[in-house]
Amino acid sequence: MLNKEDKIFTNLHGFEDPFLQGALKRGIWSNTKEILKKEPNEIIDLVKASQLRGRGGAGFSTGLKWSFMPKDTGKQHYLVVNADESEPGTCKDREMIRNDPHMLIEGCLIASYAIQATKCYIYIRGEYFFEYEQLEKAIKEAYDKNFVGKNACGSDFDFDIYVHRGAGAYICGEETALLESLEGKKGQPRLKPPFPAGAGLYGMPTTINNVESIAVVPTILRRGSEWFKNFGSENNTGTKVYCISGNVNNPCTVEEEMGIPLKELIEKYAGGVQGGWDNLLAIVPGGSSTPLLPKHICETVKMNFDDLKANGSGLGTAGVIVVNKDFDIAEVIERFSHFYKHESCGQCTPCREGTGWMHRMMQKLIRGDISPEQLELLENVTKQIEGHTICALGDAAAWPIQGLIKNFKNELLSRYEENRKIS
Amino acid sequence: MSSGHPGLTNDFQEKGSPFNWSAENVKEIEIIKSKYPIERVQSAVMPLLYLAQKQNDNWLSSECIEKISETLNMPKIRVAEVASFYSMFNLKPVGKNLIQICRTSPCWLRGSNKITSTICNSTKCDINQTSDDGLFTVVEVECLGACSNGPMIQINDDFYEDLNEKNTKEIIENIKNNKPNKVGSQTGRSSSENAE
Repeated sequence: MLNKEDKIFTNLHGFEDPFLQGALKRGIWSNTKEILKKEPNEIIDLVKASQLRGRGGAGFSTGLKWSFMPKDTGKQHYLVVNADESEPGTCKDREMIRNDPHMLIEGCLIASYAIQATKCYIYIRGEYFFEYEQLEKAIKEAYDKNFVGKNACGSDFDFDIYVHRGAGAYICGEETALLESLEGKKGQPRLKPPFPAGAGLYGMPTTINNVESIAVVPTILRRGSEWFKNFGSENNTGTKVYCISGNVNNPCTVEEEMGIPLKELIEKYAGGVQGGWDNLLAIVPGGSSTPLLPKHICETVKMNFDDLKANGSGLGTAGVIVVNKDFDIAEVIERFSHFYKHESCGQCTPCREGTGWMHRMMQKLIRGDISPEQLELLENVTKQIEGHTICALGDAAAWPIQGLIKNFKNELLSRYEENRKIS
Repeated sequence: MSSGHPGLTNDFQEKGSPFNWSAENVKEIEIIKSKYPIERVQSAVMPLLYLAQKQNDNWLSSECIEKISETLNMPKIRVAEVASFYSMFNLKPVGKNLIQICRTSPCWLRGSNKITSTICNSTKCDINQTSDDGLFTVVEVECLGACSNGPMIQINDDFYEDLNEKNTKEIIENIKNNKPNKVGSQTGRSSSENAE
């Protein structure tokens, strides 16, 4: 169990003042100037050494991503923070933004310095209006104190930070769609390459990071890469904020060690499964796009990138959605299919047509109207959508259905048989 | 009144009267534009759509689109395609209280269906409808990102979380009776901490 003094997010739930006075008490902005005396490369190396992996879903090394930024180009570089938190089951960035905005702002300054970006945009989902206001208020405080702005923290580094609101499109959480949106266009993903580090926002070198990835950086630099690596295991290091929702007694968000056993997470922090552990049916461990885990895997699996991957799923955003036996797992997935159909940007045919088709099949599946052959067809189509679209939304729509069929095939087939007997 | 999700239509409606920026918003526009490179002023289109929507009773008429196109010196179709792409831009009039009910699995697993029926009964609106008195528009939406506080709804800018049938009904009744509502968790949580 993570000790209180090892928590990075000490005001995750807003029990203390989220603004300047509270932030200063929590040690934010305490020696930022000292940190900014390091060379940018040194900061990148320290973040690399911590083995911090991106907290937005893909789990790519944050330090390595920063190192892709070109050097001495003379071009404007940008840091763009992805606060378009929209993956069903995920509500962690929201808590960081509304309850500890200065932690994020300080992280933005340090990360921007490391990649030599003098401008930073935080792209926040439109629905998070309160969070947007909290962030704007904190940014104003930071400007007033000259923590950001010209000669930020007395470092000779000029830094501007802005907030840009999205407007209800999940696809803008995809980094290149986000850039399109920030440029004032429809949020439709770009073909890669070029990658954002080469040509991102306004065609300039850009790094896009998740809120949590940026917010933990100042603490890593203060307490050291080795300290961060104390938690978790090799390549799955640090602490992590988990969101627990669905059929648990006390849904919550909590910061714990990376790699905490899923069962422990649920029993210790979320008050257990509604109706008891034996009433557990399945868990979606990392936001809607990660394939579900059946109960027997939930007994032992650890909440980190590699163990979840080895068990046929992924850590994703660590949005843990618990489903108990009182609910129909097929309808849980059908609702995800509806979500992806709704959120497809319409650019690629396999996704635009496929998400609608899959959703219609899922509706039939719930009713027991899908024959064994059609079920095979559905699984086949998910594999044809996967990997055949510009962005990962096609994959994200396919994986939950694949996870359902893989783990509940017999149940789905007997549903058809039962239905035939009745009719 | 008409049905259909106001943010998910591609049909623009005319209001029949010109849209002009308020004096306050003229100043605000300059602040917004200063956030982006001068030659990239198109980036301001979403903030300006929000601004126009707020000034225009929470929806965007064709006249609003025209005004934004003129303000940012960009083709009208570019403004229109952005307005229609994003679901938070309402392209037809909505009630004074736009109620968005989260229907996605995490909220559904905690009873969002009951919240939907409670709201429909209390407001006398079906999904995608506006009440006759113009007080409410009710829509179902996809995940609003407050999953550990489900079921939840959003009314205009505010989240209402940890709902049950009783507290949901109270929220609607308070609106009807012009009484203030407590925003956020309805069960006394600070945010999404464990309730114990």
